[in-house]
Amino acid sequence: MATEQPTAAVTGDQTRIHNIGYRAYDGPRLGRAYARRSLYSQSLRGAYGLGRSAKAKVLPMLLFVVMCLPAGIMVAVAVVTKSKELPLEYTRYAIVLQAVISLYIASQAPQSVSRDLRFKTVPLYFSRPIETSDYVRAKYAALASALFLLTAAPLIVLYAGALLAELDFADQTAGFAQGLVSVALLSLLFAGIGLVIASVTPRRGFGIAAVIAVLTITYGAVSTLQAIADVQDSTGAIAWIGLFSPITLIDGVQSAFLGATSAFPGGHGPGTGQGVVYLLVTLGLIAGAHGLLIRRYKKVGL
Amino acid sequence: MDVTVIATESLSKRFPRVTALDRLSVDIGAGVTGLVGANGAGKSTLIKILLGLSPATEGRAEVLGLDVATKGAAIRERVGYMPEHDCLPPDVSATEFVVHMARMSGLPPTAARERTADTLRHVGLYEERYRPIGGYSTGMKQRVKLAQALVHDPQLVFLDEPTNGLDPVGRDEMLGLIRRIHTDFGISVLVTSHLLGELERTCDHVVVVDGGTLLRASSTTDFTQSTTTLAVEVTDTDEHPDGTRAVRDALHARGITVEDGSGLPGAGHVLLLTATGEETYDVIRDVIAGLGLGLVRMEQRRHHIAEVFKDSDDAQRKEVVGHGN
Repeated sequence: MATEQPTAAVTGDQTRIHNIGYRAYDGPRLGRAYARRSLYSQSLRGAYGLGRSAKAKVLPMLLFVVMCLPAGIMVAVAVVTKSKELPLEYTRYAIVLQAVISLYIASQAPQSVSRDLRFKTVPLYFSRPIETSDYVRAKYAALASALFLLTAAPLIVLYAGALLAELDFADQTAGFAQGLVSVALLSLLFAGIGLVIASVTPRRGFGIAAVIAVLTITYGAVSTLQAIADVQDSTGAIAWIGLFSPITLIDGVQSAFLGATSAFPGGHGPGTGQGVVYLLVTLGLIAGAHGLLIRRYKKVGL
Repeated sequence: MDVTVIATESLSKRFPRVTALDRLSVDIGAGVTGLVGANGAGKSTLIKILLGLSPATEGRAEVLGLDVATKGAAIRERVGYMPEHDCLPPDVSATEFVVHMARMSGLPPTAARERTADTLRHVGLYEERYRPIGGYSTGMKQRVKLAQALVHDPQLVFLDEPTNGLDPVGRDEMLGLIRRIHTDFGISVLVTSHLLGELERTCDHVVVVDGGTLLRASSTTDFTQSTTTLAVEVTDTDEHPDGTRAVRDALHARGITVEDGSGLPGAGHVLLLTATGEETYDVIRDVIAGLGLGLVRMEQRRHHIAEVFKDSDDAQRKEVVGHGN
């Protein structure tokens, strides 16, 4: 317990060794809102491995590059071939690269919440001014922001490239804005689903597997059923089936409201009426994920 | 002792199947206070209520003059908490972790860094603080846990079983550190343990709870004075085939009451008696020498919770339950 010696040795000249001892803190205490912001920024940085080990940076950074690379290539092609439009719509980009997004959410949602559960750090948060809801909101907002960065960055590359290639400005800006709204919604939805699943298990491995399973199995089932419905000419059913997987939900919402071309078989996206249902289900899932997380952490407590 | 740091008034907490706290009323002043009780006595439940995290079923409690039911956040800003269990992520360094926790307590970034460096130094972590916590010894981890409870300079800290898992040396160091939290840092401490012995040396006051009720609350000096128990063991001789009984009777004649040691290890051969002062030792020596018996041992006993039970027994017939340690 080596403490400072109680020394205040005065030598011949003016050299002094001060023993500061324990100093009380009487500076500002910034309270809940500040703590929530700090947790948000720490979690957001953590989602890209910043402030963590070098190993933790590899996967998120790699996925970020993989996400942006096709956009760079498309832009290069568009500039070189002087084509009149980009090879891919802004709204379509995230749908095409959904595997990368799924991998990202599966790897980062568990690292964001499972660690605190596994190492029982949660009680240390709740013995401080922040409440359950602050913790949940900070974590949710951080992961959604991280996903938005991942999905919006390639759109920015596409948009910048489109302007470089001197494509129609108004057209491109509208498409870009629609794309941003779509990926914002996607980020909120995917972050919510990822966090709810990850918050149930303190084991990171289970969390990763469960998130991937939920995202791919629902998408696999939905697209298979849609293909069958398409073959059997029951085109009316295609749009309704799409309600049952996260990525097709986003596809439906953006085909109905954001001028996107649906990726559903035969392009049978939902009409405006069905689109409202899609939007309500999406918003309901986001609110539900938030509610479930709050309930989950009320139980974890101390 | 003028300032009341914690006050509870017929505080109860009932779960569907167990009563964790039963009408607990106690006032705790500034200084180091030990909260002693067997596992499941309601210590952790009390801390949760005092942090404003779990509502009491009945009664009220105040911490630093703030009502736990309505001012939980304000209390948690001024109070530190060190949990009993592991709570540290292995892949970050002590510095990073404690800085983060300081910010969670509301300290601005620069202050969080400065206070972290200071606090880690005060709990005795130096160069290691830049290495990942995963490689630390149990003693070092306990220090990090303590540091995160102190980093925001609270007025009061709750330490839940801080000596758990430590070897004797580590235990003594931790107890010394707890003492300094009050004497050097000016922070009041509520420390729980199931070992009364180690708290006696560290605390100004001891509160003993069992089954959610208050068994005893007094200053440590009262405690030791009234409960210095001696264990005496003697040999038998031809003259006195049952030496133990002979000594008991002789002591009784000299006005020293011998307790019944039954239920404790070596019962029947060990005499337990309460020493009222130095002269008791002389009386015992004289009595045994007078009977011509051999004195095998005479030692001060460590106080166990069981003995506190026996004490309170005389006053208010409580059921004696043998508790471990």
